[in-house]
Amino acid sequence: MFLTFLTFLPMAGALVLAFIPKEKVETIRQTALAIAVADFLLSLHLYADFDLSSSGMQFQQDVIWIQDWGVSYHIGIDGISLLLYIMTTFLTAISILASWNITKHVKEYMMAMLALSTGMLGVFISLDFFLFYVFWEFQLVPMYFIIGVWGGPRRIYATVKFFLYTAFGSLLMLVAIIWIYFHFHQTVGVFTTDLMLITEQINLNLTEQKWLFMAFFLAFAIKVPMFPFHTWLPDAHVEAPTAGSVILAGVLLKMGTYGFLRFNLPLFPFASNEFFPLIAVLSVIGIIYGALVAMVQTDLKKLIAYSSVSHLGFVMLGIFTFNHYGLQGALLQNINHGITTGALFLLVGMIYERRHTRLISEFGGLAKVIPKFTVCFMIMTLSSIGLPGTNGFVGEFLILLGLFQVSFIYAMLATTGVIFAACYMLWMFQRVMFLELKNPKNEDMEDMTPREMTIMAPLIILVFWIGFYPKPFTETFDASIEHLITRVDPANFQGPPVEHGAAPKVLEFAKLKGDESGNLN
Amino acid sequence: MDPIPAPEIDLISLAPVLVLSVFAMGVLLLDLFAGKNKSGLVFVSLIGLLMAAISSFAKTGLPVHSFGGSYVVDHLSVCFTMIFCMSSALAILLSVEYNKRVKIKIGEYYSLILFCTVGMILLASSTDMIMIFLGIEIVSICLYVMAGIRRDDPKSNEASLKYFLLGAFATGFLLYGMTLLYGTTGTTKLVEIGRLLSTGEVSSSQPLLMMGVVLLVIGFGFKVASVPFHMWAPDVYQGAPSAVTAFMAVGPKAAAFAAFYRVFAESFQALAPSWGMILSVVAVLTMFVGNLGAILQTNIKRLMAYSSISHVGYILIAIIAGNSLGSASLLFYMLTYTFMIFGTFGIIILVGREGEENLELENYAGLGFRHPLLAMCMSIFLLSMGGMPPLAGFIAKFYIFQAALNEGYVILVVFAVLNSVISLYYYLKVIVYMYMKEPTSDLKISMTPITVMVVVICVFATLELGLLPGPVISLASP
Repeated sequence: MFLTFLTFLPMAGALVLAFIPKEKVETIRQTALAIAVADFLLSLHLYADFDLSSSGMQFQQDVIWIQDWGVSYHIGIDGISLLLYIMTTFLTAISILASWNITKHVKEYMMAMLALSTGMLGVFISLDFFLFYVFWEFQLVPMYFIIGVWGGPRRIYATVKFFLYTAFGSLLMLVAIIWIYFHFHQTVGVFTTDLMLITEQINLNLTEQKWLFMAFFLAFAIKVPMFPFHTWLPDAHVEAPTAGSVILAGVLLKMGTYGFLRFNLPLFPFASNEFFPLIAVLSVIGIIYGALVAMVQTDLKKLIAYSSVSHLGFVMLGIFTFNHYGLQGALLQNINHGITTGALFLLVGMIYERRHTRLISEFGGLAKVIPKFTVCFMIMTLSSIGLPGTNGFVGEFLILLGLFQVSFIYAMLATTGVIFAACYMLWMFQRVMFLELKNPKNEDMEDMTPREMTIMAPLIILVFWIGFYPKPFTETFDASIEHLITRVDPANFQGPPVEHGAAPKVLEFAKLKGDESGNLN
Repeated sequence: MDPIPAPEIDLISLAPVLVLSVFAMGVLLLDLFAGKNKSGLVFVSLIGLLMAAISSFAKTGLPVHSFGGSYVVDHLSVCFTMIFCMSSALAILLSVEYNKRVKIKIGEYYSLILFCTVGMILLASSTDMIMIFLGIEIVSICLYVMAGIRRDDPKSNEASLKYFLLGAFATGFLLYGMTLLYGTTGTTKLVEIGRLLSTGEVSSSQPLLMMGVVLLVIGFGFKVASVPFHMWAPDVYQGAPSAVTAFMAVGPKAAAFAAFYRVFAESFQALAPSWGMILSVVAVLTMFVGNLGAILQTNIKRLMAYSSISHVGYILIAIIAGNSLGSASLLFYMLTYTFMIFGTFGIIILVGREGEENLELENYAGLGFRHPLLAMCMSIFLLSMGGMPPLAGFIAKFYIFQAALNEGYVILVVFAVLNSVISLYYYLKVIVYMYMKEPTSDLKISMTPITVMVVVICVFATLELGLLPGPVISLASP
């Protein structure tokens, strides 16, 4: 119940906003912020009550939704989703605080933000295919409006591209879901879309696994985005308002990596092993390509957008190492990227507000004019590069550690990405912050306001906290990672494939649900 | 010679038809005394539809066959009768204020809708090809008149004439197909044909039989506007008065689909391999032509026409699946489609005003922030039609995909899914106009209460069928 409450609180808040007259802009902003902050603070409870030793789902709720189809409203959290969930509530609050500069249609904007939050939170907790798909598609709609209404000059193009690209990927996933649904009925004898039940008992041969893997892969690879499905990302990022970019980089991209962890790996372990070379090659291309393209960007936001492609390549590699370090690093880097890239987008948003341009060539020598800003920007730049002592280092180090155990070549190639990252980030930093102050328009730029400092402070704390003492974060992953590793270990699924229909567990859906509902948390 | 046996007459199973016919004639008579104010007629018509809907439950112990096996009351026909009564009621409600505005002052309008509904019920309940033909004719003739009901408007005339000519043409095909089937099987009864084909008493590979089947596909294809027989739809939809367009897009189409389903999925099951292929190709083409055609439209009614063509493609998949999921998904789809279409057209009517119908997409620019509720409703309908969860349209599509995948039509479903993405493009385009463009006109909208009521009903239904579809799914499953 608590999880349902947390998830739908923002949506309820959006409905409350609908009744506030649109002239009362300040009330609307404060209400939205209050709801988002409350949601974040309450979601910390999940962390406090989380049982670190269990790899199972916690805070579960399971209610029958569509009886005839065997669809249920089944939610829960495990080590993979816990921090992503909390990060979502956190970034929502940050984004709303960072949206004070939105002056057009404030009410609708805040409503869209809160609705988006519910959609994203739902994705991370759904334990039912149908429910997952509903949330997965639903969150597109508010994001579509956020980019399309409050975005930059090419916003319509960007938002339609974003929407269609993602919808395209996920619709094939829908076909795969229905296919699994019937397959499960044929082999096990029950119509259900319950993810936990299906993951436990599904029985697929390699060909089936490969096809299904591809269908899910497309949906998630577009979202991550992996090379060559990344083309929507720079457009969406550049045109989105600052808060939209933060959410996009911080949460939406994570849905892709989360999808791999929740669906592809446990459901199709055989195919996951088979497809390792494909994923690895695409990820390495993504890392290097993203970095090289980022290097030549003239627009700050686009540079950071391409750096996301590069960073997410690391996360993907980490996931497909299937070992403890790699997965731990990937999960941690998921969070790190949300914090660091989110912060970079916020910072770029701040100078854009002051100068209404994001072109690197327009700047130079800003360190003298806006020192506080420069310090923040430097911290985030270094975190993005992965300097020891920042969060980026821990994540990338763990991933590379895991990767070296699996493949030397890929690890070597991926490491070059770290070097490239240093190149494009430091070079950008140099051109923006140092050199001489040539452009007179930059001379009277205002330094960070208290509100902006408030936004940045928690992010900076997190950068160093994870950098120096990551244990409170990484320990949440451990049990779930172990469970996942056993699941995808080839030793556990080699042997004669079980004949279809060999497990005649004919169960009544309703009865099944009835049994389980007794031990809900 | 034996005397010709008189078929048993079971008037109870005809109850909804009889009730509606009486009311339709009553409305015609009342019109003589009603004078200028037609609201009495509206009231009587609605009562008639309600009575018809109730009386469709008169029979118990379904299915009941009567009139020598040419009429049936079963789960499918009762459910369709409900849908027809509901869609006709919505059409009447939608017409009240619209007709005043565009000066349609003809009382026969309402009685035509009722008669048309009679035809639809007949069509959904017939198990004899002659009855099906009669049903189609009753429906079509009413529609020809309704499309041209604005006698002074050349567009309306054009729509009516086009519809009539092509419709008559299609009826010819249909009739010819039926003749050939009669010639090869020796009967017009669907149950009998089904039996003959499945037991192999009539060889299913006869060329004449196949020709008959193909001609039936063409005939029904015209009626439901599937590709390549869809040409009439955009012109007719655009030219007909908006309320009539909404009516035409839903009820009669649903009725044609009911008959389509009965003929193909029930009696021609033995021939499924051959017509399944033809229909699959037709379905895929229909989706593509509908969706790609809609992308280019700038007139909202034409856009809706092409969009409805593409929906025909999805619905055909339910017929191709031909299983019990197929009929249930067909029912569910038609029900959700009813609400989505009437809701959308309700808004289209509201955006128009006396003298200017405001049917271009530009007229919707800026609607999002001038009339937030209206635009939100429109967005809900459009996204629902595009199949976005958690709205009714998504559940309906999911249901149809389920039915098809259960029969192993993976490729077909993949095509359907691709088309969903294409369709999202133009549905989003309307939303882009509403929310992301600056208004070009003053957007003065008078919220006429009955039309608003229709929109509100439809929004609630779209949300309800999306969020809690369970009960309706139970009802739809036989």
